[in-house]
Amino acid sequence: MAGLSYFPHTGEDIRLMLERIGVKSLDDLYSDVPADFIFKGEYDLPEAMSEQQVRDYFHSLASRNVPLKVFAGQGAYDHYTPSVIPYITSRSEFLTAYTPYQCEISQGTLRYIFEYQSMICRLTGMDVSNASMYDGPTAAAEAVRMCLASTRKRSKVLVSDGLLPHVLETVRSYARYSGENVEIVPDVAAAVDADTAGVIVPGIDRFGIVRDLAPAVEAAHAAGALVVEYCDPSTLAVIKSPAEWGADIAVGDGQSLGIPLAYGGPYVGFMACKSEFMRKLPGRIVGQTADAKGRRCFVLTLQAREQHIRREKATSNICSNQSLMALWVTVYLSLMGPDGLRKVNALCSEGAHYLYDSLLATGRFAPAVEGPFIKEFVLKPLVDPAKLQQALLDAGFFGALLTPEGYVSFCVTEKRTREEVDAMVKVIREAAL
Amino acid sequence: MRYYDKLIFELSKPGRKGWSLKDSFCGGAAAPAAPVPSGLCRQTPLGLPEVSEVDVVRHYTNLSQMNFGVDTGFYPLGSCTMKYNPKINEEISTLFDDIHPLQPESTVGGVKEVYEKMDSCLAAITGMKHFTFLPCAGAHGELTGLMLMKEYHISRGDTARTKVIVPDSAHGTNPASAAVCGFEIIVVKSGANGLVDVESLKPLLGPDIAGIMMTNPNTLGLFEREIREIAALVHGCGGLLYYDGANMNPLLGMVRPGDMGFDIMHLNLHKTFSTPHGGGGPGSGPVGVAEALVPLLGKPHVSGFHGNAAVILKAYAYILTLGREHISMAGKLATLNANYIKESLKDVYKLPIPTVCKHEFVFDGLLNDGAREGVAGATTLDVAKRLLDFGFHAPTIYFPLLFHQALMIEPTETESKEILDEFIEVMRKIAAEAAEDPDILHQAPHDTPIGRPDETAAARNPILQYR
Repeated sequence: MAGLSYFPHTGEDIRLMLERIGVKSLDDLYSDVPADFIFKGEYDLPEAMSEQQVRDYFHSLASRNVPLKVFAGQGAYDHYTPSVIPYITSRSEFLTAYTPYQCEISQGTLRYIFEYQSMICRLTGMDVSNASMYDGPTAAAEAVRMCLASTRKRSKVLVSDGLLPHVLETVRSYARYSGENVEIVPDVAAAVDADTAGVIVPGIDRFGIVRDLAPAVEAAHAAGALVVEYCDPSTLAVIKSPAEWGADIAVGDGQSLGIPLAYGGPYVGFMACKSEFMRKLPGRIVGQTADAKGRRCFVLTLQAREQHIRREKATSNICSNQSLMALWVTVYLSLMGPDGLRKVNALCSEGAHYLYDSLLATGRFAPAVEGPFIKEFVLKPLVDPAKLQQALLDAGFFGALLTPEGYVSFCVTEKRTREEVDAMVKVIREAAL
Repeated sequence: MRYYDKLIFELSKPGRKGWSLKDSFCGGAAAPAAPVPSGLCRQTPLGLPEVSEVDVVRHYTNLSQMNFGVDTGFYPLGSCTMKYNPKINEEISTLFDDIHPLQPESTVGGVKEVYEKMDSCLAAITGMKHFTFLPCAGAHGELTGLMLMKEYHISRGDTARTKVIVPDSAHGTNPASAAVCGFEIIVVKSGANGLVDVESLKPLLGPDIAGIMMTNPNTLGLFEREIREIAALVHGCGGLLYYDGANMNPLLGMVRPGDMGFDIMHLNLHKTFSTPHGGGGPGSGPVGVAEALVPLLGKPHVSGFHGNAAVILKAYAYILTLGREHISMAGKLATLNANYIKESLKDVYKLPIPTVCKHEFVFDGLLNDGAREGVAGATTLDVAKRLLDFGFHAPTIYFPLLFHQALMIEPTETESKEILDEFIEVMRKIAAEAAEDPDILHQAPHDTPIGRPDETAAARNPILQYR
């Protein structure tokens, strides 16, 4: 009767149910809707497909995407995903649950979020992490709000222009509509003043360079401003952590922790801070407690910050997290451990430096921005960058992303091989550019 | 469900490993020298667990067994639309996993088709003109929609519109999103019939009003039948109408927000369009606009790249499965299921507004809570906790704020009459227990991995990470 495998109702079921309700037809259940609002036309939608038709159609769509070896980063990194992760995250007890409101039957979700928070705290050195945000750029935008809320009578947040373009764009959008005063500057240490509530600086900038944050942190703290570090969590295994730099808040995108590129999402933002700013932190937070029998258990806590209690006075409008992606990251970090994560960085670094040297040796690039890098770097192209990009695409590679300065950006992860690097360099060396 | 007490950190043993990577990148060729000067290197130990692959798989499998999902059983959580999440959608959702978000259009023909077709499908379903897919959740969609509302007024040089009207029955995210977007919030009261009171609305309107946020059907599951007049009034004062799509499910294939006069709206793909909630996310909250706002649609850039592409894929698969033929059945059956439960329980639970509902409805606690001399009555919280003992997820409780003992039930269309009958029987049994001995309810749940936790202690002395 209902005509679809997701609809369990038989004709007889519907008849009996309508009888109990006391109406004659399903349409009678819409008697409260003014008649001319009931859509009388035919919906301009495709005809229903069988399951096999759906599968075939999506495979045909997938075949229209060109498979490419990714040598690009700029906020999305092609790291390896261990096979355990999708196996765990597709368990339907995790996948088909809602936010853990009923904690007695949600200890699975609550426990992995607690583990996630603990791992983010350890990576960043911060005291408190929330249960995750939509993505890195929105976490940075929320950090602006947090800086303004955590300091008195200061109206401005300085954002380094070394942040990735998609982060800057998102921060700028949030500020435009909220009325927050955000200034994007080349050198936050030089621009910080008594009206500055906070500064946002990248641990690794959009050129891939590992930054020395000491000058920015000293200047900001001397002026009484908070320091937010935007970081790539994968690299925190080897470079100085936000806490080691003296940052107050750490944000970034967890995508580099084994989450597939997936055309940009879902990813997961993280946000952690020193304990003194805990009550200004947006989003869900999980805490440990006990039940009446003394059994350790976990609950959503510090909810007085949140929209369902505080409505317009909440720290943020966010009412969810990227829970399943937080699980993804938690399983990744559990598998990798300290040694695995360091190994990832060592392989990236070895591959990226090998590519860097090989590209310079082609004579088609010059050094652009000097400084230590791990997996991502920029060069100054001595050839037409558009032709370079097209030659790479034609040969099945994606790289040489153009920066606003006219540099080209490359990235090498542990997923790439020496053979792939050699093949790409050969294309560049031999192409008519 | 079985109580399992480990945390992954407690399984750690130095020297164990759960990873498998190649030894070196260059396979014996001279590796470049250490690239990062020691002054920029991490000194603090990482403190991540050291566990084997088997440890990880067993640990998270054990955790999953303390969790309840739609695949476990009935999940009548009001306002959350916990419908069944089709498996074919999961299967196809990984097909675009290897695509970098900055790849040029010429290399992503399949992805482009998904976004374009979704845009036209959602436009057909809602009566909006076009959608942006950047928002990652419902609240994120609200914020984006309000940004567009503001942009619209800015684009007309109309900068005096600083206030947004929100009904007292609205989701908490509505006023919170408006505040984040820099608006002042004006609350409009509901009447005794649970609907926005038009007479209370009139004096609030003026040249300072940017717009109104409405949920229709509202959070009581009631259709705002005076929406035509409300739209005329708000438009008349120069404001716009925002539609909170959290409750779109009963209108799927039946009623289009665009036809009701809404200018901007969001949809929750993780509610109406069947993508799984994942324990709190990822979702997707695309925002649609009427024709006049289309040129502004690309202005707010609210997330990193293109929104949650893999979630959008799943929702598209769902729409293709329903197709033109079945689209209206989802909403109708959701409405049938809600009214069936309501009519079957209204003699034991307080039904404050006894009219036909849409996909959900709200009870205001028990008719007889068992209160007597020296014995406290059973509350909505107690009913919710007792339901867990019988293998059901609880409804949404204490929301909306219009009633003290709100119990908000949304069954969705994917539940059979047999499941609903079981639920009704259990709800009646709980009501009978409350009348006889409320203490059975006070102490519930009895058969879950843990009992009620001490939430006060959790907030007073926060333990937020493993040490």
